[in-house]
Amino acid sequence: MRASDLLHPRPEGLYCPAGDFYIDPVRPVARALITHGHSDHARPGHANVLATRETLDIMGLRLGPGFAGATQAVPLGETVTIGDATVTFHPAGHVLGSAQIAVERGGVRIVASGDYKRQPDSTCAAFEPVACDVFITEATFGLPVFRHPPAGDEIAGLLRSVEQFPERAHVVGAYALGKAQRVIRLIRDAGYDRPIYLHGALEKISAYYESVGVDLGPLEPATVDRSAKGDFAGAIVVGPPSAFADRWARRFPDPISCFASGWMRIRQRARQGGVELPLIISDHSDWDELTGTIKETGAGEVWVTHGREEALVRWCQLEGIAARPLNLVGYEDEGD
Amino acid sequence: MNRFAELLDRLVLTPSRNGKLTLLRDYFRDTPDPDRGLALATITGDLSIAAVKPAMLRALVTERMDPILFGYSYDYVGDLAETISLVWPEPADAPRANAVPTLGDVVARLQAASRSDGPTVVAGLLDRLDVPARFAVIKLVTGGLRIGVSSRLAKQALADLGKVDVAEIEELWHGLEPPYAALFAWLEGRAPKPEKGARALFRPVMLSNPVGDGDLDRLDPAAYAAEWKWDGIRVQVSAEGGLRRLYSRTGDDISGAFPDLVEAMDFDGVVDGELLVGRPPEWTGTFSDLQQRLNRKTVAAKMRAKYPVFVRCYDLLQAADEDLRGLGFGARRLRLERFVETLDPERFDLSPMVAFDDWADLDRLRKAPPHPVVEGVMIKERRSPYLAGRPKGPWFKWKRDPYTVDAVLMYAQRGHGKRSSYYSDYTFGVWSGPEATPELVPVGKAYFGFTDEELRQIDKFVRDNTIERFGPVRSVRADRQNGLVLEVAFEGLNRSQRHRSGVAMRFPRISRLRWDKPPAEADRIETLQALLD
Repeated sequence: MRASDLLHPRPEGLYCPAGDFYIDPVRPVARALITHGHSDHARPGHANVLATRETLDIMGLRLGPGFAGATQAVPLGETVTIGDATVTFHPAGHVLGSAQIAVERGGVRIVASGDYKRQPDSTCAAFEPVACDVFITEATFGLPVFRHPPAGDEIAGLLRSVEQFPERAHVVGAYALGKAQRVIRLIRDAGYDRPIYLHGALEKISAYYESVGVDLGPLEPATVDRSAKGDFAGAIVVGPPSAFADRWARRFPDPISCFASGWMRIRQRARQGGVELPLIISDHSDWDELTGTIKETGAGEVWVTHGREEALVRWCQLEGIAARPLNLVGYEDEGD
Repeated sequence: MNRFAELLDRLVLTPSRNGKLTLLRDYFRDTPDPDRGLALATITGDLSIAAVKPAMLRALVTERMDPILFGYSYDYVGDLAETISLVWPEPADAPRANAVPTLGDVVARLQAASRSDGPTVVAGLLDRLDVPARFAVIKLVTGGLRIGVSSRLAKQALADLGKVDVAEIEELWHGLEPPYAALFAWLEGRAPKPEKGARALFRPVMLSNPVGDGDLDRLDPAAYAAEWKWDGIRVQVSAEGGLRRLYSRTGDDISGAFPDLVEAMDFDGVVDGELLVGRPPEWTGTFSDLQQRLNRKTVAAKMRAKYPVFVRCYDLLQAADEDLRGLGFGARRLRLERFVETLDPERFDLSPMVAFDDWADLDRLRKAPPHPVVEGVMIKERRSPYLAGRPKGPWFKWKRDPYTVDAVLMYAQRGHGKRSSYYSDYTFGVWSGPEATPELVPVGKAYFGFTDEELRQIDKFVRDNTIERFGPVRSVRADRQNGLVLEVAFEGLNRSQRHRSGVAMRFPRISRLRWDKPPAEADRIETLQALLD
């Protein structure tokens, strides 16, 4: 059977006719397999949802209890038969609960990897390469300029700055699901044990991470009624990136705005956003991780989706690997 | 090398002066010789190393990677140095970890390189460095760090480190050489202050304070002399034992841009004065004219003929071997008058004194100066010695009132640091085009002059009247009926080809918020154009 008969794009999302299901559909469908809980991948309104236990929990927290008609938790590594196809979820290393989905039928195996990374992350299970015929890869950072340094080095830079500017607050922008918890965990790994202040938008997900055993250390709400601004001098505050342009940030003394994102690799991106201390920490693969993973899977064919497809397709050509862009709509190429 | 690279990265993104000073001071404190001194020299522009052309770097990288992938990368990043630093393929046998070169190693290799082996040496260095350090090396060899740090600021950081007055460092500076080990030893209290060995050194200048409300009431007019305040740039003309130097008021050596003046410095002494364009006494050019001559590396003969420069002298600090700074202003002035008589009259003239009876008299003179290039008066205590820095009392500047224009707020940008959640940088425009269908044309940008309360009010106006967003910038509603009129004060106007309006304001600031004024009644561009000539 041809790979494109097993999985192909439809307006709703990536579709498998043999099992009559979609992977990460952007519109409500009868049966959806979800790779992870970020909102562009995990949408409400599907009749049936299959995902890892953690992804289902996260969807429930973010979308409310009635986010799907019925749900089924799939343990990592366990093979499930759906119609004439079999599917297996494998860890993707992106955020808590994230999975790659291997779809198989008639001796053809396609791995839809969702979003993934290879850098170590103690807040979620590490990516496992799965041998396959076709590997579907993201390309958020699909350009050779994107090379994420070790996240620990970035955190060391943050802590040096906290020491250097004890009169100011370091306000770290990090996405609410995954990035924020990873950044906090990295700060703890670097030996920082003072309280870290949280924006309200991060509280629910952070509490969930802690409930499944990710220790984030002492967290306190960054509430405005902490009286004097001096209370935040020398503090580390974590909030969603959008909050820093907002009036919310006014409660901090002369804040140093930090932003944890792979985009911070590019100086102009940092400058435009008014970021004083960029932290190049990403939950997506950088160029070397993308190309290394493609080789590791041994896939003869690569389909490239959301991001900078052309450079990755070019690289595959140079390596003698068949590759093409997979035009899926509805995913945020800016997400990180 | 990594610390230096980190310093550059931090400096370029740190907007506040105090933040930059902290970063620099800590770097100088924590980095060993000679690296810190070499870093200092890169910032002050005193380090010379072999230059490598950008095209050469591009060739180096495309030998090492697919040119199409490089093209995609460069298109995305937009900056060649940054792109190369990011995509540079790391050699498989990279001798990492224990073998990261220091800044000293890097500079030594680059200085030893000839023009022909320059690119090979650079490639060898890039192989051994990580991304930020690669970026720093590329910036070093292509010239120009562009990190928004002046040499003055670097010297202030040194002063902070050693807890000395920055004037002491400025005075020594031109006798020192990279990597400045003796300077650091003194700042750290390990050695005495370096001797002033060289000739024609910079003398830290004396600065004035603006006249504040009631300042003059307490002062006896008879104890003070006045002279016109000319609108040029403050310079120090230093000639000693055949060595000739022209310094800016912060001690930067700007001799290279003014060979016509340097040629005429055939004396032994140090003169304080105003650099102006023109031919004294009949022609004194505007600041716009002078700008044609500023910040140039070389000056064509045509430029020198069209915009000749001269110095209007107002103080004499040194005559031959005699240091006059301890004398009173009156005594120095007498010496200056005799001294200037001996100089080339095309290049040096005397700043005329302004006679006045009392402060009210001087106030009248200040408001109606006799020449368009006069921007007010200087008031100097007759008995005061020449003191480095900005002592309160002996010298005042009393400017004529600023110009004002009523303009309409067009764009607002988010500030930095304390103001990062406020829209605090404002672009404003005036009306242009036909009377019946006028359009706003931007004429300037200002980010101070308002109180904290006014900032809150403008911020709210911006958030409530946003039309479009471009990253940190918002365009706000501004038409004939709706919008915010700002009274903008400024010191002068220059012609500008860079701005659509054709004018550029000097020192614009918000002087009043005109909530009461309908935007249709704001000024027109013709009002500003009339000020140009």
